Amino acid sequence: MDSQIKGVSTGTTILAVTFNGGVIIGSDSRASIGGNYVSSKTINKLIQVHDRIFCCIAGSLADAQAVTKAAKFQISFHSIQMESPPLVKAAASVLKELCYNNKEELQAGFITAGWDRKKGPQVYTVALGGMLLSQPFTIGGSGSTYIYGYADAKYKPDMSREECLQFATNALALAMGRDNVSGGVAHLVVITEEGVEHVVIPGDKLPKFHDE
Amino acid sequence: KMLDDSLEPGWLSEEVKTGTTIIAIEFDGGVVLGSDSRVSAGETVVNRVMNKLSLLHDKIYCALSGSAADAQTIAEMVNYQLDVHSIEVGEDPQVRSAATLVKNISYKYKEELSAHLIVAGWDKRGGGQVYVTLNGLLSRQPFAVGGSGSSYVYGFVDAEYRKAMSKEDCQQFVVNTLSLAMSRDGSSGGVAYLVTIDEKGAEEKCILGNELPTFYDQ
Repeated sequence: MDSQIKGVSTGTTILAVTFNGGVIIGSDSRASIGGNYVSSKTINKLIQVHDRIFCCIAGSLADAQAVTKAAKFQISFHSIQMESPPLVKAAASVLKELCYNNKEELQAGFITAGWDRKKGPQVYTVALGGMLLSQPFTIGGSGSTYIYGYADAKYKPDMSREECLQFATNALALAMGRDNVSGGVAHLVVITEEGVEHVVIPGDKLPKFHDE
Repeated sequence: KMLDDSLEPGWLSEEVKTGTTIIAIEFDGGVVLGSDSRVSAGETVVNRVMNKLSLLHDKIYCALSGSAADAQTIAEMVNYQLDVHSIEVGEDPQVRSAATLVKNISYKYKEELSAHLIVAGWDKRGGGQVYVTLNGLLSRQPFAVGGSGSSYVYGFVDAEYRKAMSKEDCQQFVVNTLSLAMSRDGSSGGVAYLVTIDEKGAEEKCILGNELPTFYDQ
């Protein structure tokens, strides 16, 4: 799947998880060409599209940057018109429209996560063909295959901030340990009503598991 | 695919595969092997209760994945070769011997075959042992997962495995892993088969689909 993308791709692991009072969105930091060459070890895949809304990208890097740039513009314009911060669902819908209407040309999937006054913390996935889905947590990218079992087993609704951070960090570390096109550092962003906090965990500080 | 273009069912033309989840793990004094029970031919499930844990000798089993025909044939050939070998040496064969026989076939015919067998068992020299024979290599590991469903549980087994687990912990670990993989992999499903092998012998167990552990969202 990801390995058939031409050009630079974010063979990747991305995830977003809601907790009691907020949401954490996270990713690895590797960008590669065809799975053979790491073109960047420290790329940031968490794009801020508004004050309390982030999205992260998997797939072709060029497509993702083009789409998020267009989405960022549309969302700020919408927010100015409405005279209030945009809903997370609105931001996700903008991405969905772009993905669905250009589905033939694009090869990128998105996760949108954020906090708004109406529904609190939310996570939305926009899949490759343009389907929009709301979930309590979601994982994406090539590395996500390896952590479906872990995420299904370990996710609990209404976690605390610390539990959620541990869950997200562990999941990223496990995926980066098995997927050769995911790696580098772990980027995490914690979004709550109060604000946005970036956490960066370098590779050597990631949790280690039994065979490391 | 929304509409099926073909007039005939998939199982007439598709290869029969045990798209699968298999797992084997060592504990002090033995091994536990586990598998799902789904056999598919394309999109059709042709057997929903197949036991993919195949006996190679009294205390040595193998777990089958990949092409069903290839895997079964390798297991039958090795079963025969092990019988002859154990008569020649006059005692129970070593697990490593069984794994080597599987590896020899997998390596020699690697272009023609597409099956992966995990060999696990107990012998008096080495205790419980697990060997992988993927693509013709031979490697001993504390635990091994295989088959299409294994991709989804690499993260889970990496996180949950600890050294020196008891027999009961290992059985629970295997059942949890199978359940998670079966719920995500379209080619794995049905019931879970478990085999626990120790000095006393091999004990087979079957856990029905509705008795498997459930996790969030199920």
